[in-house]
Amino acid sequence: METDKSRIGSFLFNRSVQGFFYQIITLGLVVLGIYYIVTNTARNMLERGLASGFHFLGVESQFDIGMTLIEYSPTSTYFDSFIVGLLNTLLVAGIGIFFATIIGFTVGIMRLSSNWLIAKIAEAYVEILRNIPLLLQIFFWYFAVLRALPKPKQSLELYDSFFLNNRGLFIPDTVFGEGSSTIFYLFWLTIIISIGIFIWAKRRQNRTGDRFPAFYVSTALILGTFFISLAVTGFPVSFEYPELKGFNFKGGVKLIPELVALTFALAMYTASFIAEVVRGGIMAVSKGQTEAAKSVGLKQNLILRLIIIPQALRVIVPPLTNQYLNLTKNSSLAAAIAYPDLVLVFAGTALMQTGQAIEIIGMVMGVYLFLSLFTSLIMNLFNRFMKVDGER
Amino acid sequence: MNTMRISFLGLVCSVLMVPAAFSGTLDTVKSQGFFNCGVSQGVPGFSNPDADGNWSGIDVDVCRAVSAAIFGDPDKVKYVPLTAKERFTALQAGEIDVLSRNTTWTLSRDAQIGLEFAGVNFYDGQGFMVRKDSGITSAMELDGASVCTNLGTTTELNMADFFRANGMAYEPVVFEKADEVVNAYDEGRCDTYTTDKSGLAAQRTKLADPDAHVVLPETISKEPLGPVVREGDGDWADVVRWSLNAMIEAEEFGLTQSNAKTECALTSNPVVARLCGKEGGTGAGLNLGDSWSYDIVTKVGNYGDVYEKHVGENTPVGLARAGSPNASYKNGGVLYAPPAR
Repeated sequence: METDKSRIGSFLFNRSVQGFFYQIITLGLVVLGIYYIVTNTARNMLERGLASGFHFLGVESQFDIGMTLIEYSPTSTYFDSFIVGLLNTLLVAGIGIFFATIIGFTVGIMRLSSNWLIAKIAEAYVEILRNIPLLLQIFFWYFAVLRALPKPKQSLELYDSFFLNNRGLFIPDTVFGEGSSTIFYLFWLTIIISIGIFIWAKRRQNRTGDRFPAFYVSTALILGTFFISLAVTGFPVSFEYPELKGFNFKGGVKLIPELVALTFALAMYTASFIAEVVRGGIMAVSKGQTEAAKSVGLKQNLILRLIIIPQALRVIVPPLTNQYLNLTKNSSLAAAIAYPDLVLVFAGTALMQTGQAIEIIGMVMGVYLFLSLFTSLIMNLFNRFMKVDGER
Repeated sequence: MNTMRISFLGLVCSVLMVPAAFSGTLDTVKSQGFFNCGVSQGVPGFSNPDADGNWSGIDVDVCRAVSAAIFGDPDKVKYVPLTAKERFTALQAGEIDVLSRNTTWTLSRDAQIGLEFAGVNFYDGQGFMVRKDSGITSAMELDGASVCTNLGTTTELNMADFFRANGMAYEPVVFEKADEVVNAYDEGRCDTYTTDKSGLAAQRTKLADPDAHVVLPETISKEPLGPVVREGDGDWADVVRWSLNAMIEAEEFGLTQSNAKTECALTSNPVVARLCGKEGGTGAGLNLGDSWSYDIVTKVGNYGDVYEKHVGENTPVGLARAGSPNASYKNGGVLYAPPAR
């Protein structure tokens, strides 16, 4: 009897048993909570006569969108409008990240310059841009751009093929004719060969110590093959030029001012943060590294490329990822200046026309979550690649 | 971002609202002593704040009439300015009790998104405004134009229909807030600005040079605008519906804000006597006092009073009533109220 009792007692007071018990209770509560929220939402929506479900995605949207990367018309479905909005968001985020990175790295390095004027200009850039709310900057660039630009009939032009007015920037479109696919294949082939050259050059250097000018050789290979193949196939690539017809230019590629203003504002704003990240990363590399590199006789550009940048990047990449995520999420401010991104098109017009707030906001949140996690994944892989071998 | 906040609030509310707590809006309103009225962010003549934050306009007067009917005082209203995009979510989430914000009555809104329309207080139609110096005289000349408009409106659908039906191309430029549309149009981003014609007349007063713009003659849609309430609360919908009807019927029987006192004392017409609250006991069915319609007419005015005060020809908005659908049916319009008896 006594042994049984004490066995039960020790079972009840066992830490891991208790832990298990509490976890079961917590899990149960979470499941119950989710069940309550889901059933209650469904019941409330039914009671208020709100439509639910996802069949609206297959219905014709009946509205038009100002800028679309795929074919889209009012007879397209709500799902198509979702894709249009998603692609527009990806476009602005992609271009924004590209330019923010370039500007950010440039300004960050400028701030470390020994030239007083250059360093101060970079400092002013950072302090001004990162301290003004982004929405104001977007409005500023949008209305500044609109006001400064002429009407379509008085467009600024360059070589009769580039036109700029308050309806956007019009550039010639490339039209690929017969035989242009050969050029594409050759182009990608030379890129693959170049990667091979880089790997071979690195291996050879590791083995023998001899350096090979891989960069110049592969550039020459890619460009040379490209132009020679163009000439051989008889220039199958032509251009379609924008022309003024009626209200506006037709033909060519059109960049609407909303896209330009938004990308510009996002890139400039995010670049001010990236500049600080870059400056921090470079300053984190101790001075002894440079001195040691000098003492083994490395040249200045090699010190930067082989010693400073690889170490700085390890510090830079994680916070840089944050900035990329911020830029992508901030792109949802597009709605303020009529850039048809996911929030404006899908969480705006489509939501208004269908009234299905829960489904639509849910989908939009899902998209941003996925985009952010995907960006993180890419940057984490890059970070792993940049790590020094043997490091944690 | 306000929009996100309200959308989110809507989500949270539909998630957390306990189903049983769906007591009547009228009782809640009576016990708290006021109600919330959703209005625009500033459309002159319809709902527009003055420098002191006092709201006025014909949409505002619908809410004032409801307040007068319930409390005998037209000012027991809290106004909540909303963008077109936010308005329905705000109503569904219970942030507002009446939405009176030039909202078009359509099938999908009535049937699909949990709204109930309580009537029509303005018959409108969509039109286009262009710069005079563009030389355009008809909407049929707008092929290839950039068109500025508001997000979340029937306007977006109508213009797609119009350009599609006429085989014309266009570039929609869609803003979230009305002021941004006006601003962008004024800066020359668009060739034309489209919304309901009353809205065009109202927004034109905000342009840098209103006389440099002209509204094209075509009307491309039917836009019956009116107050909206949540679906599933018939008592509250009745109060709003009959407050509006009383304003219209008072005009049909010549009862105005200025003559109501004397008319009511002298009248022998039973319809007028009912509107004056002297006969018929019309208030009981609505759970209101019998003087509800008298209070509306004396404190807010009949439909004609309200129209002429806010959007009539002698106002900056300047919309002539005679010959328009908004004239009383007695004068060839379509404004017609079911009898308040």
